[in-house]
Amino acid sequence: MTYDNQGNLWEVFLQAKAGASFKHAGSVHAFEAEMALQNARDLYTRRKEAVCIWVVPAEHIVSTMPDDNASFFDPSDDKIYRHPTFYTVPKGVKHM
Amino acid sequence: MKEMMKKEELLYNYSVRIADNCLILSHRLSELCAKGPVLEEDIALTNISLDLLGQSSAFYKYSAELENKGRTEDDIAFHRSERHFYNFQLSEYPNIDFAYVIVRQFFSDVYHYYLFDFLSQSKDQKMAAISAKSLKEVTYHLRHSSHWLNILGNGSEESQLKIQKAVDSLWIYTGELFVPDDLDKKLLSMKIGVDLKELKTLWMNKINEVFQASKLSKPTSNYFMSGSKEGVHTECLGHILSDMQYLQRSYPGAEW
Repeated sequence: MTYDNQGNLWEVFLQAKAGASFKHAGSVHAFEAEMALQNARDLYTRRKEAVCIWVVPAEHIVSTMPDDNASFFDPSDDKIYRHPTFYTVPKGVKHM
Repeated sequence: MKEMMKKEELLYNYSVRIADNCLILSHRLSELCAKGPVLEEDIALTNISLDLLGQSSAFYKYSAELENKGRTEDDIAFHRSERHFYNFQLSEYPNIDFAYVIVRQFFSDVYHYYLFDFLSQSKDQKMAAISAKSLKEVTYHLRHSSHWLNILGNGSEESQLKIQKAVDSLWIYTGELFVPDDLDKKLLSMKIGVDLKELKTLWMNKINEVFQASKLSKPTSNYFMSGSKEGVHTECLGHILSDMQYLQRSYPGAEW
């Protein structure tokens, strides 16, 4: 550990209200889990943004790389039928 | 009617004392703004400082209301001198290093936690309401400071040395937290104030618990500093006030 180490990077996810899905809010530095939670609380929830916080060590996040894009994402480019744009929404449906 | 006046006067003094403590501790923490050990902790300490400032503001406002002389919370905070401040000497102790900041905060947080817990049951409704609101904030402060104590106490050889040194140095300032004066006794008998004997037991239990988890030893010294309840302070408070009050003293009533 170097002298001016600020701790490891943790990714922060917030849940805006009960039942909602967690959304990535940003990241914090911390030396361990409880500190990461507290730092996330102080940095990202000062204005009632959340009812629950997840923190995840950034090193545990598995990500695709830009090199993967051609094989991962491009094949869906010409398959517009996968979008629900061909449906007409019934009149009675309010929350779409 | 005369008896009523008396009660309000007592309550004024009691409320100002709590507010003074929150304000001076808040000011000490605010000195660390942009100087914290890491960015995240800088924000955390500033956050706590702001909470304490809000608490002092609420108690000063209530004091001004009780006094009923047309003074505002700012008048009370910025137009009194050292001998008329009643915060604990612990709160004015300088930010020697991060360990001192954490230990000072931890001792204060445990005190405030039980103080506001008791006061939220106070017979004085306004006192109870402000305390109940403050208790939520202090619960978090205590979680923050006791966690740091734990980390530093269980950390490297250097962090253990530094945190133990801060504990040893600040310990003599904790005695006066629990020595009741006439005001404490009167308000306790009116069921408005807290029982400092009970508070001390709870405070000590919490200290023992966190010290044990943090591998810290409790100092055995029986000598304690005192005097803050009569306005007697260390040399540090004057410097704080000259910083804090400069503007209002030089330009009375200045607003922005």
